[in-house]
Amino acid sequence: MKGPTLYLDGVSVVFDGFRALNSLSLVVDPGELRAVIGPNGAGKTTMMDVITGKTRPTAGTVRFGDHDLTRLDEARIANLGIGRKFQKPTVFDALTVARNLELALKAPRDPWSCLRWVLADEARRRIAAVLEEIGLAARADEPAAILSHGQRQWLEIGMLLIQDPDLLLVDEPVAGMTDQETEHTAALLRRIAGERSVVVVEHDLEFVRALGSKVTVLHEGALLSEGSIDTVQNDPRVIEVYLGR
Amino acid sequence: MSDLAAPAAPRVPPRLLALGAGAAALGLLALLPLLNLLPAGSALAVSDFTVAVTGKWICYAVLALGIGLAWGQAGILSLGHGAFFALGGYAMGMHLMRLIGPRGVYGHPVLPDFMVFLGYRELPWYWLGFEHLPYAILMAMLVPGLLAFVVGYLSFRSRITGVYFSIITQAMTYALMLAFFRNDMGFGGNNGFTDFKELLGMPLNTRGARAALFYAALLLLGGSLLLCRHLTRTKLGAVLVAVRDAESRVRFLGYSVTAFKLTVFVLSAVLAGLAGALYVPLVGIINPGEFAPTNSIEAVIWVAVGGRASLVGAVLGAFSVNALKTWLTSFAPDLWLFALGGLFVAVTVLLPRGLVGLFQGRTR
Repeated sequence: MKGPTLYLDGVSVVFDGFRALNSLSLVVDPGELRAVIGPNGAGKTTMMDVITGKTRPTAGTVRFGDHDLTRLDEARIANLGIGRKFQKPTVFDALTVARNLELALKAPRDPWSCLRWVLADEARRRIAAVLEEIGLAARADEPAAILSHGQRQWLEIGMLLIQDPDLLLVDEPVAGMTDQETEHTAALLRRIAGERSVVVVEHDLEFVRALGSKVTVLHEGALLSEGSIDTVQNDPRVIEVYLGR
Repeated sequence: MSDLAAPAAPRVPPRLLALGAGAAALGLLALLPLLNLLPAGSALAVSDFTVAVTGKWICYAVLALGIGLAWGQAGILSLGHGAFFALGGYAMGMHLMRLIGPRGVYGHPVLPDFMVFLGYRELPWYWLGFEHLPYAILMAMLVPGLLAFVVGYLSFRSRITGVYFSIITQAMTYALMLAFFRNDMGFGGNNGFTDFKELLGMPLNTRGARAALFYAALLLLGGSLLLCRHLTRTKLGAVLVAVRDAESRVRFLGYSVTAFKLTVFVLSAVLAGLAGALYVPLVGIINPGEFAPTNSIEAVIWVAVGGRASLVGAVLGAFSVNALKTWLTSFAPDLWLFALGGLFVAVTVLLPRGLVGLFQGRTR
């Protein structure tokens, strides 16, 4: 297990009077795999935005180890070892699949280093290994624009892996995937958790069950329930707002 | 059967083809000053006018390359690159003014004519050093680069992008134009600088000087093309393309988008400054009109016509649109702006990838 603890305490985000997050508290231990579920508008994506610096909380504490994330911009937070996969897969269409991974690969991020960057054997091997892992080895030299939706999801997961973050935030990773791909993703996330912390936001309860992790249920921007999938599925409050409908 | 099985004729990689075509085009251009030496009656003779005007286009091509680098590769649309070009031009103009020495109308040993006329007693401090050519060239790079850095830093840091950034750059060049029109700026007011005598000991307005300046411009164009081409192939170039297509995603990968945009914007301003510095001795005049917002817009149209996604496209656009302009304005100058506008609309609608799109076939 490696990496610091993610710690949210009393986090609120207010947009024009609308409380997207309402005093949310959450602790993710190093190496933990955590699933976050909740109905639409529960604040799942806002929570990710707060952690990655896209949105500043109106109140509350967000810490990653010793770092106060509310004071850092997106790039700094990413460099602390927090990687994010978006709900809508965003890859760089004009670049090849391999180049997409090369940009994500952990390496100095300043313009000068990028100008002088040479793709060394070690980096080549890393990229080849990830290409294998995500099943895109045959398409390495094709532009990302021609990938299917599922393949784009995989490429983005690959970009996360090669970034080698301590904490992965994964927003709806299996949207648009086949059942087989969904299983593969669950297995992959289970395996990489342990070495690092993983937070998965997902609608698909079967997938969450396959993850076999602790589950956090959000509702109206606040924590509703927390525990194993069976515990939360039997929690009457959860049934009322989410599952029972 | 054997026909079907036969391997396809060895195809020249398109990249190599483009490189060859580019080198050939530059080679042909390099012949112009030599053909200028032929007697006027000769079939291949090229007039002084042609050499001068082509030299001017080469400078424009370098400006276009700078715009193409920032716009096509990194998605930064500057509508104020004419300002960087003009600042480079003014830096060289100051050097040329200093070289006039006592040959001015008023015969003052140090002060340019306009300063004598305006009652200056001594050279303003910011004119010091411009008697040295290397200093003037350094300033032709440094001043546009610094201005681009300041404007870029303030804008990119505040995440001003797209059309809002374009408007800021447009305002920048307009403000500079107004400033340079003022006599008390010490840059000759609305007359600017002209009546240059020599550069590096060569009297200007001779065949030899024109040829030398022409080759210097060609060298600058070739060098800038190679530099930009190299840049676009590095990881830096890939990050710029990524910034162009999905800026916020790049941030979440841990890259400081501001730093990358600044790098390319400053470099592109420096190229524009150098182009302006060579332009001024070729045309023999620099005045605040060079800061006019329309100049910057026209330069962006060159790039759009040529094809902003490729560096060669920017260069091609600068040559072709300016060739059209020279031809059209020789008999119907009033039509030019209509033609330019029409051209821009036509290219946007019919050739979104510009002229280079014609050569790229149907691949994406």
